[in-house]
Amino acid sequence: MSAETAVESRTAGLTARFANWNVAIIAVTIIVLIVAAATVENFGTSQNFGFLVLDLLPIALVALPMTLVIVTGEIDLSVASTLGLCSAVMGSLWNSNQPIETIIPLCLLLGAVLGAVNGFFVTVLGLPSLAVTIGTLALYRGLAFVVLGDSAVADFPVQYTDWVTGNIAGTSIPNVLLIIVVLAIVFGVLLHATPIGRAVFAVGASEQAARFAGVRPGRLKFWLYVVSGLVSGLAGILWTLRYSSARADNGAGLELAVVAAVLLGGVSIFGGKGALPGVIAGVVLLASLQNALRLSDVSNEALNVVTGVLLIVSVLAPNLANAVRSSVQRRRHRTTNPL
Amino acid sequence: MTPAPTRADSTGADSAGADPVGAAPARAGAVSPAAKPPTPAVRRSPLDLVLRARELGIVLALALLVAVTATSNSRFLSGQSIRDILLGTAILAVLAVGQAVVVITRNIDLSVGSVLGLSAFTVGTLLRDHPGLPVVLALLIGAAVGGVCGAVNGVLVRYGNVPALVVTLGTLYVVRGITYFWAGGQQINADELPSGFLDFGNATLLGVPYLVLIALLVLVVTGIVLRNYRVGRELYAMGSSPQAARLAGISVGRRTIGAFGVSGALAGLAGVLFAARFGTIDAAAGTGMELNVVAAVVVGGVAVFGGSGSVWGAALGALLLTTIGSSLAVLEINQFWQQAIVGGLILLAIGADRLVAARMAASLKKRGSHVS
Repeated sequence: MSAETAVESRTAGLTARFANWNVAIIAVTIIVLIVAAATVENFGTSQNFGFLVLDLLPIALVALPMTLVIVTGEIDLSVASTLGLCSAVMGSLWNSNQPIETIIPLCLLLGAVLGAVNGFFVTVLGLPSLAVTIGTLALYRGLAFVVLGDSAVADFPVQYTDWVTGNIAGTSIPNVLLIIVVLAIVFGVLLHATPIGRAVFAVGASEQAARFAGVRPGRLKFWLYVVSGLVSGLAGILWTLRYSSARADNGAGLELAVVAAVLLGGVSIFGGKGALPGVIAGVVLLASLQNALRLSDVSNEALNVVTGVLLIVSVLAPNLANAVRSSVQRRRHRTTNPL
Repeated sequence: MTPAPTRADSTGADSAGADPVGAAPARAGAVSPAAKPPTPAVRRSPLDLVLRARELGIVLALALLVAVTATSNSRFLSGQSIRDILLGTAILAVLAVGQAVVVITRNIDLSVGSVLGLSAFTVGTLLRDHPGLPVVLALLIGAAVGGVCGAVNGVLVRYGNVPALVVTLGTLYVVRGITYFWAGGQQINADELPSGFLDFGNATLLGVPYLVLIALLVLVVTGIVLRNYRVGRELYAMGSSPQAARLAGISVGRRTIGAFGVSGALAGLAGVLFAARFGTIDAAAGTGMELNVVAAVVVGGVAVFGGSGSVWGAALGALLLTTIGSSLAVLEINQFWQQAIVGGLILLAIGADRLVAARMAASLKKRGSHVS
């Protein structure tokens, strides 16, 4: 009897710890990295590390503001189209012989404006963000095609494209990793150590309560959409420079991967819950699994199954863990209070 | 039971405050004195008009679009052009009807494009290997494949207790991945398909293509079930307030699985129609279609947060989107504008929806009704 309760309490402890998704996802990511490095040929090479970082660059960047948006209980599905439109505008400006030094700030501004449009519809008009951003997903992508058609613009200045694909001098650390790390720290501090971050969680937990506590949910969400657009614009610029190709369909479908990574990282789609370390781990897990499978000659398309299953498991697992935990607790309650 | 409450809650209970009486005397005066006093149906009609404003808006937009396009190029109203629009609408409308059923319950099904692809490829492979397969059986198999996918979605939403957006985003990837894995880059061409099946894709009955007739059948049956049957009303109730629906004794879980099953089965059916129309099927069939389907539903006046809208509106939305596509071609406007216009229409539609809701709430408040 006492051995049984000991076992039960240990399982309860385990499930409780597992319910802490953040720790779990980081652990799973580390395990996947170790297993992949040990079993997949070329996975652990420094060259592959560079590819891995470049591959996860757009997802990692866009996932940062997306985390904040989803924690407030909203969503932004237009990020990939914003990326594409910024890339298309960048290409068409470059075609009209503008200097790259003016193009880049203009594209960042464009991203912020596109985000502000989302923010306007969601906060000022009070429309559901899912519908608004599905609408702007189509609108921005369509505008990207209107701007650039199905042609591609190449020949961006070599010093810029080289910087994006290159490494920090003397090391095998990609330059763009700096951008990811800096932005991750900025967003991490913002979300977890500032009043703004607390307001984000408060709005996600209960918008009304947050309002009573002096937060202005509308204004907060508006600026989150602006930041989301801005970062998507940055991702569009880096995408264009990385492939040295501005195309209207750049980043098509990326919004799904980003949402998948964020939810995989333990952010609740209902808002109010989530943490940035988990999201980073989710991004790394998704990207390194895809990278490892690709190195093992699994077709690109079949990888979709992995992404989809991961996404479903990531939302099911916490619920299952909770269900198991509460049933264990109920049983323990029954054994200690035999009624 | 009078039909009035049924009508009212099909487009949101808070719209019941519109004034049916004000217009009634004028209408009564128009008929001869010997006529019977206005029946409830007649008195309801101005109210109906208000409630159907969104459907009416689409019809007007459609009429305007067709008029402008036809005056600038008479080819637009040629038999072939109209047939193309109708065939395109048929496939999109079947998907949109299924999506509307799910959206009315306050869920969403993003996996429909992938399900269409899987079903089209399954039926294509079957027909290639067994050319003797009757068309009806092909339609049923396609619907069954889709129905299974939909039921999986429903079960995951119901028992996983997770939002449909996430689940169907996951199955969008999974189903598409399975199709690619299975197809392995191969493609089914028209010359490999039995001619009977391809004939079915082109044949007409009294000038109306079979595909259109099937779409109409789906539309009418679903529309009547949603509007007049208990099962249908329960879906609206769930969408309006899941909690209240549960308290009212509606088996929300079973209805959720059912709604996803219907959406999946219709996506599967659309896959067979797709295969019959185009004859060429690869693993990418229907990629990105979910966007058009959601657009058709939203433009058709089905509120994204459930409880209101109709499959008629969704089908009209599908017709409008398809017509825009061919109008652009006829007007020689850059085809790339189409997606931007679709996006603009979605924003316009949800904006208009909010405006109508706000005005109704305001008018209810003025009339001193019980609205919090």
